[in-house]
Amino acid sequence: MLPHPPGTGGVRTARILAGLAAGGPASGWPRALVESCRDSTSVSGVGLALMSPDGVGGTVAVSGALAQRMEDLQFALGEGPCREAARSGAPVLVPDVRATGPHRWPAFAAGALEDGVRAVFTFPLQVGVAGIGVLDLYRGSRGELTDEQLSCAGSYADAATAVLLHLQDADGSAFRAGADPSSGGDGDRDDPPLPPALADAVGRRAVVLQAAGMVSVQLDTSPDVALVRLRAHAFTAERPLLEVAADVVARRLRFDDSEAGTSTTPRPPPGDPDPREGPSPHD
Amino acid sequence: MTLIPGKARPLMTDRELLIADAFVELADTLVDDFDLVEFLSTVVDRAVTLVGAQAGGIMLSDQRGGLEVLASSSHATRLVELFEVQNDEGPCLDAFRTGRAVTRDSPAEMRASWPGFTPRLAEAGFASAQAVPMRLRNEVIGALNVFRAEPGPLTDAEMKLVRALADVATVGILQQRAVSASSMLAEQLQSALHSRVLIEQAKGIIAERAGTDIDSAFDMIRSHARRTGAPLRAVVARVIDGSLRPPLG
Repeated sequence: MLPHPPGTGGVRTARILAGLAAGGPASGWPRALVESCRDSTSVSGVGLALMSPDGVGGTVAVSGALAQRMEDLQFALGEGPCREAARSGAPVLVPDVRATGPHRWPAFAAGALEDGVRAVFTFPLQVGVAGIGVLDLYRGSRGELTDEQLSCAGSYADAATAVLLHLQDADGSAFRAGADPSSGGDGDRDDPPLPPALADAVGRRAVVLQAAGMVSVQLDTSPDVALVRLRAHAFTAERPLLEVAADVVARRLRFDDSEAGTSTTPRPPPGDPDPREGPSPHD
Repeated sequence: MTLIPGKARPLMTDRELLIADAFVELADTLVDDFDLVEFLSTVVDRAVTLVGAQAGGIMLSDQRGGLEVLASSSHATRLVELFEVQNDEGPCLDAFRTGRAVTRDSPAEMRASWPGFTPRLAEAGFASAQAVPMRLRNEVIGALNVFRAEPGPLTDAEMKLVRALADVATVGILQQRAVSASSMLAEQLQSALHSRVLIEQAKGIIAERAGTDIDSAFDMIRSHARRTGAPLRAVVARVIDGSLRPPLG
């Protein structure tokens, strides 16, 4: 690291961004940021995720396998510190998962402890009132972050916010629009898509969202409620959510109102048994 | 014009250390009103001082694919660089177009590359010129260049320093954008995330209702939007609230 005494948060954020910019192309910044954050704050793993206040999002980068498992766990369960930080817009500091975790997030705490995670510190990424993501620090030992570590993590959260916005503005149009207010406004009728570096974060979990859409039809409910049902099924069946979702999309698993809640009997979809066998009736 | 008297070149040490120093200055300006031009001027002044040059400037691409001067170490340099753009030649332009560092170590070399521009440089008392591109993502957004009264190359360490300062300038631009455009971008990001989620859910709904696979479902949604001229997000919203069901006529 730099041979400088720790400065104010702004100085440190600028230094973090300088290190990223000098280190390589922007697509690698999220990964470089979480690794550097892990080393600078002496934690075991760091994850960076896109997340709206209603908990929708995806993991953009992880420092390693542990952070990946923790991010996946929170997504699979739909509970945990990162969702709480995203919803509240305030950091969620859990210095002792064993003491406080089980009351707040029973399933997450159990999974985290089983994986050796004893402390979790989650920082929301905020721009004004708009929440765009979270930076999650996981540590194998319990105890508070020192003031220095806390301030350092805050600087990394600020840097992560800048990086996400930078990636979102993939073609630099916002910068140019900012430089010249007369430009821009290309009559966009649709929301601009997520840039590739961020779309992957959602893309890895797209199958779960698709499955939620399918299950919402099967149960005549909303996709959000359907997602809760998917999560509950994965949890009780002790199977990965992605796997359960893949089964739904491949029509190996259906949800119904039976006592079991699901059936694995293949049911040919109405009308068009296999769209690959003939021309689509919708062409 | 008066040139800055030749100074002993400072000893180059750690590139990171120098970046960090420059960033302490940057951070001072970040707190309240970050003035990009003022910051870039500081970067140019540092570059000029640290490599023992007499003048320098930063040019950024404008919206028409040309270059405009954003900062320079003196008014005279600004004039020179305006000629650079007008003549379609010069170190910044070369660095910007090629994405590579440009170095011309003597008046002869300069003349060979920039026949129209070199007389203006000679008139101003410059005998060598160096420029490095400024990169943001994969794009070259501008260039930083220095002019020196003495001929000869910069040392490797000095070139590294100029590159490092160009990086610093680029991050300053990034930071400025974070200040000026961040709210808009954050809303854009939220909304892009939200529509992506709704699109995936709608694919599943149509796939289930029409008995197709996910890809075919997306094709149906897209072609419905195209046929009816409705925005994709409106079609998706109707799929999710159940008011639009297959067949999507």
